[in-house]
Amino acid sequence: MFAHNGILIIFTLLLALMLSIMPMPITVDAFRPDWVLIVTIYWSMALPNKVNIFTAWILGFILDVLLGSVLGVHAASMAVVVYISAANYQKIRNFSLWQQALIVAVLGALYNLLTFWMEHFITNVPFLISYLYPVLTTLLVWPWAFLILRKIRRHFTIH
Amino acid sequence: MEPIFNNEATPQHRLVLLLLFSALLIFFDHKLGSFDTSRGYLQSLVSPLQYMANTPKQFMTWASENLTTRRHLVLENQQYKINELKFSQQLQELTIVKQENNRLRTLLASPLRSNIKKMVTEIISVNNDPYSHQIVINRGANDGVYEGQPVVDEQGIVGQILHVGTTSSRVLLITDLSHAIPVRIERNGIRLVATGSGRLDRLIHNFVPHSTDVLTGDLLVTSGLGGKFPEDYPVSRVISVNQDESRPFARVMSEPVAQIDRIRYLLLLWPSKKHSVFSSKPNANKKPIKKKIIKDSH
Repeated sequence: MFAHNGILIIFTLLLALMLSIMPMPITVDAFRPDWVLIVTIYWSMALPNKVNIFTAWILGFILDVLLGSVLGVHAASMAVVVYISAANYQKIRNFSLWQQALIVAVLGALYNLLTFWMEHFITNVPFLISYLYPVLTTLLVWPWAFLILRKIRRHFTIH
Repeated sequence: MEPIFNNEATPQHRLVLLLLFSALLIFFDHKLGSFDTSRGYLQSLVSPLQYMANTPKQFMTWASENLTTRRHLVLENQQYKINELKFSQQLQELTIVKQENNRLRTLLASPLRSNIKKMVTEIISVNNDPYSHQIVINRGANDGVYEGQPVVDEQGIVGQILHVGTTSSRVLLITDLSHAIPVRIERNGIRLVATGSGRLDRLIHNFVPHSTDVLTGDLLVTSGLGGKFPEDYPVSRVISVNQDESRPFARVMSEPVAQIDRIRYLLLLWPSKKHSVFSSKPNANKKPIKKKIIKDSH
């Protein structure tokens, strides 16, 4: 993981974690993209030998600690979603940017729904449509995140 | 060169393994609460990340505090002077009332109200997880914070401490779905329980009989019955009472007095041990006697 500038992967993941807990005005807060999911999906598709579902699980676990949710909820949904993206990385890589964005949005919807189902199972939270707002922003953010992360990967020749 | 054939576990096996492990974690964390102590260590581990994530916001506040007009400052200063005058006048009344109250309490042989230790704290991050209402504050075990400690703002009860780290800790807000706080109506002393609804501006009161004298606009204050929160701090104001006889209970909802969606500075309280009028006298320790009786009867 650390060889060939692999430390930068960890740096981007830490940045994504920070973005996902950064305090925001309450109106924008519901629209916060799933930063950690976007960055993890990118790396799991670009370098599947370095970032796999274990990495995703550990990131989900850190997210659980940061958000104060029941340990294992975000970890499990991250693992499932990254499993799907990592299993199909050769197909998804060939799609155009916007097609990729749509697929990532579907994965994001699955991630949010899985988290909601587990939370609903644990504490009976009612469903609000606002739980799916992050899917929209994830869709919009993906192309930019993809381009920036690809630039980082090529510039520092992370492989 | 990547090996073409390797003996590693297939992705499916890994996924099943991780999901099983997550299920175990969820079970142990939620049902058994086995991670209550390690949660504190985990909280301290991630607190650098939280402090770092908070820096842009702190910079913005710093900027807005430093870039302000002289006129604005003068106006603010005037307002503070007027407020101070009002408050000092109220303080004089308060000392008289306090003395009087203490005298009456000695007459009733109730324990005297002691001064509560307080500490100011600042929010460092607000949870973005929509499923639970929590915030992180910049005080931890180093400042003597303990689990279950009451947290208030200048208007009323905000919540209680959930996990304690070394330099930061997590507060569970009263509006969280899993939180409930014993309250009473200030007007007539009827006791209710205020349960969080998962919405920042709603508390729900379950199991209120139709005959209960509760009106819209009633102020609910802590009753001190749970032993966690000190008595008589404002909690919420009743906003709707629906006494529909076809339902088994009246539907009562209230709105928190504290502005939970825009808090920044909070106060931590260290209430003294016995503060409830309803609780038994400190000396009356009945438990050991009971145990003895049970032992004898066996």
